[in-house]
Amino acid sequence: MTVSTFTANSAANTVKDKTESKKGMVYNTKDLNLWYGETHALKNINLEIQENDVTAIIGPSGCGKSTYIKTLNRMVELTPIVKISGDIQYREKSIFDKNFKVEDLRTHVGMVFQKPNPFPKSIYENVVYGPKIHGIRDKKVLDQIVEKSLRGAAIWDEVKDRLHENAYGLSGGQQQRLCIARCLAIEPDVILMDEPTSALDPISTLKVEELVQELKKDFSIIIVTHNMQQAARISDKTAFFLNGEVIEYADTDVIFSNPTDKRTEDYITGRFG
Amino acid sequence: MKHIDTKLVEKKMGSRLTTNTVAKNVFLAATLFGLLVLVILIYRVVADSIGWIDFEFLTNKLSTDPEKAGIMGAISGTLWLMVVVAPVTMILGVGTAIYLEEYAKKGRLQAFIQTNISNLAGVPSIVFGILGLTVFARALGLGNIVLAGGLTMSLLVLPVVVVASQEAIRAVPQFLREASYGMGATKWQTIKNVVLPAALPGILTGVILALSRAIGETAPLVVLGIPALLIPLPDGIFDKFTVMPMQIYYWTLDSALVAEYANLAAGTIVILLLVLFIMNSIAVLIRNKFQRRF
Amino acid sequence: MNNKLEKNAVREMVAKNKQSRSVSAIFEKIMPKVLLVIAIISILTTIGIVFTLLSETIEFFKIIPFFEFFTGTVLKPLGDNAEFGVLPLLTGTIISSTIAMFVAIPIGLMTAIYLSEYASERVRRALKPILEILAGIPTIVYGFFAFTFVTPLLRAIIPSLEPTNILSPGIVMGIMIIPMVASLSEDAMSSVPYSMREGALALGATKLEVTWRVIVPAAMSGIIASFVLGISRAIGETMIVTIASGSNKNFTFDVTQSMQTMTAYIVEVTGGDAPAGSTLYYSLYAVAMTLFVFTLIMNLIAQYISRRFREEY
Repeated sequence: MTVSTFTANSAANTVKDKTESKKGMVYNTKDLNLWYGETHALKNINLEIQENDVTAIIGPSGCGKSTYIKTLNRMVELTPIVKISGDIQYREKSIFDKNFKVEDLRTHVGMVFQKPNPFPKSIYENVVYGPKIHGIRDKKVLDQIVEKSLRGAAIWDEVKDRLHENAYGLSGGQQQRLCIARCLAIEPDVILMDEPTSALDPISTLKVEELVQELKKDFSIIIVTHNMQQAARISDKTAFFLNGEVIEYADTDVIFSNPTDKRTEDYITGRFG
Repeated sequence: MKHIDTKLVEKKMGSRLTTNTVAKNVFLAATLFGLLVLVILIYRVVADSIGWIDFEFLTNKLSTDPEKAGIMGAISGTLWLMVVVAPVTMILGVGTAIYLEEYAKKGRLQAFIQTNISNLAGVPSIVFGILGLTVFARALGLGNIVLAGGLTMSLLVLPVVVVASQEAIRAVPQFLREASYGMGATKWQTIKNVVLPAALPGILTGVILALSRAIGETAPLVVLGIPALLIPLPDGIFDKFTVMPMQIYYWTLDSALVAEYANLAAGTIVILLLVLFIMNSIAVLIRNKFQRRF
Repeated sequence: MNNKLEKNAVREMVAKNKQSRSVSAIFEKIMPKVLLVIAIISILTTIGIVFTLLSETIEFFKIIPFFEFFTGTVLKPLGDNAEFGVLPLLTGTIISSTIAMFVAIPIGLMTAIYLSEYASERVRRALKPILEILAGIPTIVYGFFAFTFVTPLLRAIIPSLEPTNILSPGIVMGIMIIPMVASLSEDAMSSVPYSMREGALALGATKLEVTWRVIVPAAMSGIIASFVLGISRAIGETMIVTIASGSNKNFTFDVTQSMQTMTAYIVEVTGGDAPAGSTLYYSLYAVAMTLFVFTLIMNLIAQYISRRFREEY
């Protein structure tokens, strides 16, 4: 039932340096099913996600949208009772393949969480955490990475004079942008965002949204949100989840102006959820 | 018919309230009893040691002459003992805690280790002394040297460090681990770089409390046969040694023979309590400074 | 944007380092095993204790019959007509622990009630550290206190009291155990939900009535567990009795006399350098085994009580 409507006049018109012709696919989900113990949390998910798109995943609480995004970098498996069937391909490689280490997957696929979760370390240490883990030790390189990442997350000007202060001194919105900078530091291919603004005030939310628009030039972004206006504002494509199923997946304009499924319409017009 | 005789209730109320007030004061008195004992105890040892604690008392070696006797040997013995106990309990205690909290699957082995640790915490210290005597001193042939005493003490205080470290590790929020895993960090990288640093204050508090327990413990060392004779100052973990509690023990026993030994024992107690007080204050400081940062 | 760092430079560095990440891969593999080995050391400690005690105790019972050991009222380990009856030590241990609990149970429980039910938050915060300090004082210090202060004090009241006796260390052991009973009982009482107090108070009950009829019964399992752990602690306590009760192996119930406990006997024998292989040497282990079994049973009972009767609120 899920159709990935491929439209030529997609909102995304980014020029990719390598292949200028057709946009590639970062994720291809095939017949994905997931159980938490007895609970069937994801049912027959089929989704194709394009590179350099912002793909929004919306739906009411408990619809499986967070579970799905956490499956994309296999964080969901931190819960021991999880069972998965079907397949997800990242750049045409199954993420469940034994030879594809989960650490490598997560190196390519960064994640920004619901609640800002900087480490209780300095701002600088937070950003270099990833590069250091991946063996980059050169102080000069690390300094450059810190500046580049913090600039990329639009927080450089606010923190450049206090890089060695504890990250917990930042406001919630700044912490979340720091977390985005930390994620950018290892230059991922895809960035997963799990309701990144749900704990933020409106102004911080706006800043993060602007940032997402900026980031899509270089990254593919998949964002879970329960805020439909947010999805409408920032995303190119939107998938609507309900009770663990993908009800509809199409260009964001289509979803919000002319949904084909009655349930999608009910949801976006606020009749439930 | 009324079931409750209001007058009777009112009449009884007065005596019920009186009983309550009396009981409250009795409970308060019981609580203050502990304080009273503490005051008397400290007053006694301080009064007995006045005039005895001076620079020479701290720097002199042991002597049968009360005027010349000092606790330098006991102090350096205590320090050398810590050189063994601190790293050994830390490695064993924190390692066990990491295994139980981060790696062990919920199951029989994990439950068994956990139960075993709480049972070890209840084993009398003197039994650890017998273990040390049999295994370290005799079977391994170490004799009554610092290493044997230190290993025995390490096993004795191990449960304290394990339990404190487990609590500290459990208190590290899951979202910090997720942040690390999300960057592509492996499990060990996450533990080493995120979990342990965040749990460090709690772990350190536990380690300090464990060390202060080891510093004050006597029974296992008595069993190991730690001498109170005139021995040279220890120079390393393979030397014979004595510690402050042993010094207190022998001086107290011998105070029946030489009355001044009681003063020496009191002086040593004052120093021992001071050391423990300082260590506990540090532990409390660490605990308060780093509490609830998340 | 910093020009020195080319686009995708970090990504390439990360990818390049991936091949040389073998060291971290090795850590990843061996750390769980190393930590498992460390965790098993605690089990080995228990096995070590049980094994050493058991093997030498078996040797002991080859010389002295089991029955004779546990019913013998004479303990005379040295000399030609050596006799190994453990009853003098058992009575010494039981009497000193009983005296201790006579002190620790009422005072500890009343302290717990005061702190949990009556004290204001400020008073609680002032008094609890004092209990913690009391709990942190080394037992050797309590031994000194019993020997040089409590015994002379008691002798002024009871002239027939011997210079070394079981009464004084018993009382001091009780004082030592007060913080343990108080804090464990207080934990149990504090975890009784506030709604249970409100329910009774709303019916017009006084605080004492609420405490005695509602809180204490509701927290009973935790309170009893604290008593049992206190007893276990008293049985295993060594230095106070060794210093203040002397080494007379009397089989008596007269608390004014010197008695020896199991722990004090172990100290005496190890201090005397018993030649390995002698009956005296083996008796050390037999007594230690008895002590170990006693405290283990107490600890298991305490664990059972607090697990089995954990109130479901």
